[in-house]
Amino acid sequence: MADTTSSSRPDAFAAELPKRPNPIWAFMKSQPLGMLGLAIIMVYVVFALFAPWIAPYDPEAIDFSAMTAPPSREHLFGTDQFGRDVFTRLVYGAQTALAVGILSSLVGCSLGAVIGAASGYFGGRIDTIIQRVVDVMLSFPIIVLAMVVVAVLGRNQVGGIDVNLIVAISLPILPKMARIARSSTLSIAAMPYIDAARAAGFSHTRIILRHILPNIIAPYLIMLTAFIAQAILLEASLSFLGLGVTEPTPAWGLMLSGGSADFYKEAPWMIVFPGLAITFAVFAFNMFGDSLRDWLDPKMRG
Amino acid sequence: MLGFILRRLLLVIPTLLGVAVAVFFLIRVMPGDVVVVKLRADGATVTQETIDAERKRLGLDKPISAQFVDYMVGLTRLDLGKSLWTGDSVAKEIAVRFPVSFQVAIMATIIALLIAIPLGTLSALYRNTWIDYATRIFAVAGLAVPSFWLGMLIILALLSWFNWLPKIGYVSIFEDPITNLSALFWPALSVGYRYAAVATRMMRSALLEVLREDYIRTAKAKGLYKSLITRRHALKNALLPVVTVIGLEFAFLIGGLVVTEQVFNLNGIGKLFVDAATRGDFNLLQGLVLLIAVTFVIVNLIVDVLYAFLDPRIRLK
Repeated sequence: MADTTSSSRPDAFAAELPKRPNPIWAFMKSQPLGMLGLAIIMVYVVFALFAPWIAPYDPEAIDFSAMTAPPSREHLFGTDQFGRDVFTRLVYGAQTALAVGILSSLVGCSLGAVIGAASGYFGGRIDTIIQRVVDVMLSFPIIVLAMVVVAVLGRNQVGGIDVNLIVAISLPILPKMARIARSSTLSIAAMPYIDAARAAGFSHTRIILRHILPNIIAPYLIMLTAFIAQAILLEASLSFLGLGVTEPTPAWGLMLSGGSADFYKEAPWMIVFPGLAITFAVFAFNMFGDSLRDWLDPKMRG
Repeated sequence: MLGFILRRLLLVIPTLLGVAVAVFFLIRVMPGDVVVVKLRADGATVTQETIDAERKRLGLDKPISAQFVDYMVGLTRLDLGKSLWTGDSVAKEIAVRFPVSFQVAIMATIIALLIAIPLGTLSALYRNTWIDYATRIFAVAGLAVPSFWLGMLIILALLSWFNWLPKIGYVSIFEDPITNLSALFWPALSVGYRYAAVATRMMRSALLEVLREDYIRTAKAKGLYKSLITRRHALKNALLPVVTVIGLEFAFLIGGLVVTEQVFNLNGIGKLFVDAATRGDFNLLQGLVLLIAVTFVIVNLIVDVLYAFLDPRIRLK
């Protein structure tokens, strides 16, 4: 009897205080579609990281004895007109898509966030000038801007990745992120703690980097994921047009550009599977981005 | 209304000027060298002499300020220079290709609205039924499927089921409407799918929002027929946001067109643009980018005016 009082009190407290939910678990429960997206993304990440162990063939190995072979046990998704294994090239293609998609989105969103935050923080003439430039950049459809950059810069391979392709894809992302970062900054710049930081004599750079940017991390992360989807789509389109990744590097868009219409009927697997790979990747990042938005910032919905 | 349009037109002028300046700088001041790209595309050996000779021939050796003045003066006379590849004037090259792309864009918009308005309405009215779920899957897929791949699938389907392909080569709709429409319907469908998906989503959420309004409840309380409420009170108001989608998604429409014309072998603006980019024909590139940006600005202007026309609250503000 004596120990019931000592043990029942903490129990009573435990019953009153709800257990703080694990944020990852909470996300999984409230955003099942986002989890599906994340799961698909994980599959692609595993493909990209462990491509040499997952893919059964060499992605560039030409095999004239098995040209446009239909899907079989040896070639899961068939082979292309050079006898290269389609499944192998899809697995390696994940490396290209993820590297270009993530890097471009990261560069475009980070620069855009800094420029947008500066524009919103300083206001006045600086803001007006930056916003006019952003307006002009937004009046070019993204693929148009990217194609002009590719056409003017040419190619510049560094470590297996075309740096100019990354520049071309991140440039159209930049003004979109700048717009969003600016509007988020406007509300933060009016906060008393920004005044306090100014009064303490901090430099503008320090205030933007240490006080404003950390507070717009939610819209930043949301846009980052959304733009990875767009960047993957853009890379596939550019590669398809012959302006992106070049042969023999395996890339999904490039795999679609090889055959003419005569090939379609003969070897439909050559176009069906790479297209599905692009579609699922874009779908996954879109879903994950949407769920992230609903979860982090319900106000941005709509 | 007229005042609103005039004010909106005045706002367009600085944007257009900015676009013209941006196009100039994008092509000449960027660190790359268009001349090197062009020479490589021509298959010529790239030496310093050939680069210099080509620069002189194209007038790129003049100081940048002089080039800028030439360019702006040319623009006021709608003179966009000559294509470096064919030697024809850029304006003429564009004028020949414009009707195809224009028609596909219009058809894609019409197809998208014909799909989106009924589908979005059904989805909102029968919320959380299988109709709604099917519509939402259709809409989510529309954002992920690349339009050029959809075009390839359409060609594949036409080939394997009907053993038929649209005729290559453009026939004007005024000459032979059947041949024209049978050829352009498919690219319009593949470009329009994304459009339809976005518009369906917008239609659904706008209608759901309107259906929660007090005036809908009042109409119900008055005992009006459900179909009358939907048509006269709800749909009219829900259509407004769908109009904005047309403006917002126009950029994607052009992007889709650029790639899809390649798939269907259509000789439109998009194909010309790809050719200009691969060949380093920067005069042509400059003219095309300008045209696309101006079209984009104009479409958004039209959407704004349309919006003000449909919603008196905006034009009276």
